[in-house]
Amino acid sequence: MSKIPAELRYTKEHEWAKVEGDRVRIGITAFAQEQLGDVVFVELPKVGAKVAAMKTFGVVESVKAVSDLFAPVSGEILEANAALTRKPETVNTDPYGQGWMIVVKMANPKELDALMSAADYEKLIAGAGH
Amino acid sequence: MTDTTTTGPLKRTPLRDVHVKAGAKMVPFGGWDMPVQYTGIIEEHRAVRRAVGLFDISHMGEFEIQGKDALAIVQRLTTNDAAALQVGQVQYSLLCYPEGGIVDDLTLYRLGDEHFMLTVNAANIDKDWRWVTEHGQGAARWRNVSEETALLALQGPKAEGLVQRLADTDVTRVLYYHFLRGKVAGMPAIISRTGYTGEDGFELYIPAGQAERLWYALMEAGKADGIRPVGLGARDTLRLEMKFALYGNDIDQTTNPLEAGLGWVVKPAKGEFIGREAIEAIRAAGVKRKLVGFEMTERAVPRHDYRLLKDGAEAGVVTSGSFGPAVEKYIGIGYVKADLAAVGTELDVEIRTQAYPARVVKTPFYPSKAKKS
Repeated sequence: MSKIPAELRYTKEHEWAKVEGDRVRIGITAFAQEQLGDVVFVELPKVGAKVAAMKTFGVVESVKAVSDLFAPVSGEILEANAALTRKPETVNTDPYGQGWMIVVKMANPKELDALMSAADYEKLIAGAGH
Repeated sequence: MTDTTTTGPLKRTPLRDVHVKAGAKMVPFGGWDMPVQYTGIIEEHRAVRRAVGLFDISHMGEFEIQGKDALAIVQRLTTNDAAALQVGQVQYSLLCYPEGGIVDDLTLYRLGDEHFMLTVNAANIDKDWRWVTEHGQGAARWRNVSEETALLALQGPKAEGLVQRLADTDVTRVLYYHFLRGKVAGMPAIISRTGYTGEDGFELYIPAGQAERLWYALMEAGKADGIRPVGLGARDTLRLEMKFALYGNDIDQTTNPLEAGLGWVVKPAKGEFIGREAIEAIRAAGVKRKLVGFEMTERAVPRHDYRLLKDGAEAGVVTSGSFGPAVEKYIGIGYVKADLAAVGTELDVEIRTQAYPARVVKTPFYPSKAKKS
């Protein structure tokens, strides 16, 4: 199992959230990409679209599976990682780095309190292991 | 990926623990606990196209029939002409219902003049066994040897050299869809030049108790070739690139051989067989839909049961689809109305309520490397 970055917050749907001032960068965890297998397609919202906390904002597809992506927080999409269109496998190779998916301008920073710490997330996946 | 059609404990091949030890991700498939991948589907797929891959397909079923009426019984049950098979030859064939739907697809081996073996799909073993024993009676004896038989597939450009190094016989003279009996790594095997990947290679039938020894012998001897164990995930993408039908996805009881593009294994001239009349009626009337291959012209993944549209109207249904790791395109196969089956026809695939453009293309998607001469 790869290391779970301590500075990030997590959802029970295996997204990570990185607070950058009033913005939040969002992706899926190493555990999530391992469970999915080879990612071959990522569908992301357009810049300017609105997302709501714990509602779907996109889709990630591996060879075998289709999975919804859930927004850790509500807000407006400031950036979507266009590089994933051409190189979706980046989600596998660098899930916490180049494999980021969207940047959201937070509507309600209090929503961060509902997210899990790295320690809590580690407990969650320990129970969900394969 | 998950399979909810069967309940009860999953069946295990003789190699199940070997897969777990190798770190495979195990999934239920047709009632079996099978490896879907070891390291990754795309890597395993490419290893087969570039070097050699080893597959455990012991979940598949094998039935033997032996006796005076064996040929006549096989002829009555299957659509292809078994009389055209020489001893040592293999034939792709079908079991059909009287209405023309497909019970299963299979490979038929002529082990002797009055001795045949049918290799059938794992999920269909019980159904097929009932079918052949009920409809295939006469002076011959059926034996279900599925449990005592293990089946390993070795596929890829390096397969021939690898099997040759371990075999006590010249396997280079075994032509495509032929087999011989010999020893591989000292173990008695049916060495069959067949496969489900479009690559050259072999399928090795061995006693179940020898499977683990042969698996490790092949993995060891294939190290320098870059051998990889390959799971069902890549087996599926490999066969998709060849447009080989998968029972339960592309063909089933509701599809007939002609619309599935399998008319070449239906031989009405051979005489009576189950389904002949219905299939001939369909042939006379013309098929209403055809199984075609298509590629997405925009990035999107077509999948089983997605709708195919033409100018917004219903055109058909996707039966299989994925990213094709060797062709590096998003590809699919599906049934479309017969007038939309021509290569070049523009269609749409409905994915999450949105239409994504696709085009009917020539198949196979990836050129076959099977050793046909």
